Amino acid sequence: MEEKVIICKNLTKKFGDFVAVDNISFEVNKGEIFGFLGANGAGKTTAMRMLCGLSFPTSGEAAVAGFNVYRQQQMIKRNIGYMSQKFSLYEDLTVLENIRFYGGVYGVPGEIIKSRSIELVEKLGLQQEAGKKTGGLPLGWKQKLAFSVAIFHQPKIVFLDEPTGGVDPVTRRQFWDMIYEAAASGITVFVTTHYMDEAEYCNRITIMVDGRIEALDTPRQLKAQFGANSIEDVFYQLARGAKRSAD
Amino acid sequence: MKQLLVFIRKEFYHVFRDRRTLLIMFGIPIAQILLFGFALTSDVKNAEIIIADHAQDINTGQITAKIKASTYFLVKEANINTNDIEAAFKKGGLKCVVIFPSRFGADLLHNGKAQVQIIADGSDPNTAKTLTNYLTAIITDYQLQISAATALPYSIVPETRMLYNENANGSLNFVPGVLALVLMIVCTALTSVAVVREKESGTMEILLVSPFKPVMVLIAKAIPFLALSIAIFTLILLLSVYVLDVPIKGSISLLYIESILFIITCLSLGLLISNTTNSQQTALLLSMMGMMMPTLIFTGFMFPLENMPRIFQVISNIVPARWYFLIVKAVMLKGLGFEYVWKETLVLAGMTAVLLAIALKNFKTRLS
Repeated sequence: MEEKVIICKNLTKKFGDFVAVDNISFEVNKGEIFGFLGANGAGKTTAMRMLCGLSFPTSGEAAVAGFNVYRQQQMIKRNIGYMSQKFSLYEDLTVLENIRFYGGVYGVPGEIIKSRSIELVEKLGLQQEAGKKTGGLPLGWKQKLAFSVAIFHQPKIVFLDEPTGGVDPVTRRQFWDMIYEAAASGITVFVTTHYMDEAEYCNRITIMVDGRIEALDTPRQLKAQFGANSIEDVFYQLARGAKRSAD
Repeated sequence: MKQLLVFIRKEFYHVFRDRRTLLIMFGIPIAQILLFGFALTSDVKNAEIIIADHAQDINTGQITAKIKASTYFLVKEANINTNDIEAAFKKGGLKCVVIFPSRFGADLLHNGKAQVQIIADGSDPNTAKTLTNYLTAIITDYQLQISAATALPYSIVPETRMLYNENANGSLNFVPGVLALVLMIVCTALTSVAVVREKESGTMEILLVSPFKPVMVLIAKAIPFLALSIAIFTLILLLSVYVLDVPIKGSISLLYIESILFIITCLSLGLLISNTTNSQQTALLLSMMGMMMPTLIFTGFMFPLENMPRIFQVISNIVPARWYFLIVKAVMLKGLGFEYVWKETLVLAGMTAVLLAIALKNFKTRLS
């Protein structure tokens, strides 16, 4: 039996009459790359916010890294990393200062920050830029750096909210190499995306429509199940029935 | 605790790397102090005046000497004709004419009452008013002097001098006002912008997902601005003492404590503003328009509160800067101790507590 790092049972979030997330249930295994697909407004971000300890569910149960989303938000936060589609490092701080800051915020001891940040800069090939402000880096580098910072404290799970938005295909490919590497080291990756080709890279994917999970399986199984050639086809078959308009 | 230090260090990086903001922070107080101290002063120096002395007696001679001794006037003696006065004003340069009638000394001696005419260039009302005030003060002063010499028990003399002295240094009232204004701008505007910037750049989201407590984000944001504000406050004090010759009569430590209280009030206001908006522009506009205008108008350092309609006087009570202005005036200029300003301090402390509570509460509820 594989270790479950995210367990979600009948999770629901309502904003007044509006049901943003409607009774979803799923489990994510350790070291898995779990893709979360859906049109804008399908409820992806709301679901992710609940799992990250940013908002309370209206009903249902969920445990992240073994901690309850209602009562142990602080423990959850300590065990996850997070990266959003917006570049979320400080542009007026240098590469090293950003790394040190986020390391410090997560309580990584000073000596470890020092040695690990040198390793990281070397791995990314950013030795020349380490002392420069991140504002001047190309977008692709920024996103790779942001991802590295998000897993700097070696979390159990990393949540990626459309991490490759606006990035060129080559960098996207490199970015996914980094995701694989992180997963291989035991970090569970929970990723939302718009790009259907990226969905194929995931171990398993869920497709959300109108707040509900309409499909959940490996990409291959889903294609077989829907008789489609690609995940894109699967997605269109499901999304066609959507009532909420994309915004 | 270590996390907080890491955060504060980061905030200092932001502040010191943003040259423009730094320039604003330290440029505004310097510019304002110098502007209010020198350019906008109601003092008039070396104003050209003509004394037309038709009497040429001892009394007029003494008054003329007194006027000449003052640095405010550049005196020219000329028996100017009443008909020529207008022409003299029209030529420009001339600010004021003083005319002693021919029977001045005699009237004073025999009737105990003499008249002197002061004609000022009313096209520049502020200068005209100031000059006539000075002249009236000098003449009143002289009148009291001779009354005292005739052994009549006049005892109002020192009061006149006080009034006269107050006129002599116009910077006096401006310093507390500028203090209130600058602290308000620096603390409120910059704090709100600093918090909103994190929201705009998306880093706030990352911070909220981190184990760093949201309230600590606010504290870490506020501390660098608290430190900078104290530095700015010190700078203004130094400028006013050494450049404007405005003395600090009261306790300096009391002044610092009251100012830190006011700084915290402004910081809370800044945090409150940052909670209600998501863009730096809105935050800046809100704090500049929403805070600067009321501070200028309702503090009482530019426009006397006593002359305002009742409703405005009531409104002025909710402007924190008004209370701070009263405290600084009392402590710095009058040299009064805490026993005279505890009421104002209490009001300010109450406001701070309320603002801070609302700011923190809003910040928390925004998360869920």
